[in-house]
Amino acid sequence: MTEQEIVEKINSALAEEFELDLADMTPEAGIYEDLGLDSLDTVDMVIVLEGEFGFKIREEEEIRKIRTLGDIHNFVMAKKKALGA
Amino acid sequence: MQLNRVVITGMGSISPYGAGVDCLFEALLAGESAVRPAPDLGEIGGLRARVAARVPDVDGRSIPRKFRRAMSPMSIYAVLAAYEALEKAGLPLAVCTGGDLGICVGTTINSVGTSEDFFADFLTDHSLERMKSGLFFKLMNHSVASNMAQTLGVTGRIMAPAAACATGAQAVGFGYETVSLGRQTRMLCGGAEEFHPLTSATFDVMHAASIGFNDQPTKTPRPFDAERDGMVCGEGAGILLLEELNAAQERGATILGEVVGFSTCSDPGSIANPSASVMANCMRAAVADAGLKPEDIGYVNAHATATEAGDVAEAQAIAEVFGSKVPVSSLKGHLGHTLAASGGLELIASLQMMQKQVLIPSLNLEEVAADCKGPCLLQRKEKCTVDSLVKNNFALGGVNSSIVVRRFNND
Repeated sequence: MTEQEIVEKINSALAEEFELDLADMTPEAGIYEDLGLDSLDTVDMVIVLEGEFGFKIREEEEIRKIRTLGDIHNFVMAKKKALGA
Repeated sequence: MQLNRVVITGMGSISPYGAGVDCLFEALLAGESAVRPAPDLGEIGGLRARVAARVPDVDGRSIPRKFRRAMSPMSIYAVLAAYEALEKAGLPLAVCTGGDLGICVGTTINSVGTSEDFFADFLTDHSLERMKSGLFFKLMNHSVASNMAQTLGVTGRIMAPAAACATGAQAVGFGYETVSLGRQTRMLCGGAEEFHPLTSATFDVMHAASIGFNDQPTKTPRPFDAERDGMVCGEGAGILLLEELNAAQERGATILGEVVGFSTCSDPGSIANPSASVMANCMRAAVADAGLKPEDIGYVNAHATATEAGDVAEAQAIAEVFGSKVPVSSLKGHLGHTLAASGGLELIASLQMMQKQVLIPSLNLEEVAADCKGPCLLQRKEKCTVDSLVKNNFALGGVNSSIVVRRFNND
């Protein structure tokens, strides 16, 4: 899976879960201030990403540092790389 | 103690006919049945019913996702009905946040569909790792009331009565008492229900669901009819805005009717089979609470779900209290049994009948059953001026409730 495909998969899954407009889903978009998510949404975001990519990330410290959509893209790509996927 | 007068100034409906009070009343007036084939019920082993009165597609997207994520269909129905009630009442949403508006809205049981979806997944490996954060909020016993309050910004009191088929009527009654006592100036009251095949199964197990008209859905249920064979489950939400009279008048609200009496009581004789005498006592108490006499009542909107035992008991009870002259009808033949929503929806329809001076007969009542004879059971539409009416709702679990509503007189 290319990086572009990963980004598209993330954006598509989050857009469906949180009813987001793909046009707003730029890497620099803040997940709270720009995309309008809140703490409950981030719980569900983790579940969505785990379901999409088949890994477990709930306990990872790095998750707490996520502020932008780009952070999510980078986190997922790093996780996939670490898993050798 | 001087009690406040309580008037109804708004109403909202999501019914098996669709969205809106006008849609509800027009279909009732036209004698349309909302009962449809439900072939998917055949997927439940042993379930014999194949008909239901489901809400056609309603668009919940007017509710922001932030609130909607915690909602199963019953909460969506209730919030949409509440929007309509507030709009019809001309009450700005900002009033909801001021603390003088409360909510009393309940349901029968929390979202069965949501529970089923969760457990179907959970039982595969007993893992909670796929459990979404909104699950609990959809399954709370007060989910509907809380979701309404969150969406509307309500800061007054929240109550969530649960008394199955009597829920909506109880909620209106408790709202009436709350405003009457001055605890709140306004209350959004009613009930909501969402259909699930297991709800039909609950009644089928007790031989209380209609199974003999699966190929003629609009011919069932048949309240008080000789051929009745049980109830048909439905869904929806009926929400009314109750308001203290002076507050309503001060803001120039259109008053749709006045709640003047309420009674609710337990029938400990049986958890399933109602007693005519306890039903009669409930109606008498509501009429007495209104300061009226049975002869002052011009119409009784019956609970009558078309079950064998329930219709007989209610017919006997109505005849005992009101005699054989007061017009009586049930709207279950049109709407099916919308359970917790039925009190609100049928009260809304009854108010409309009073306003428009026309009484709607029981649909599918073609030949009055011998054991239901006694009261004046309407079989035809009737032009009629009604000053006061009684709305009954009786529930499994032995819960009775009756409400008395009067045409508003500024006396």
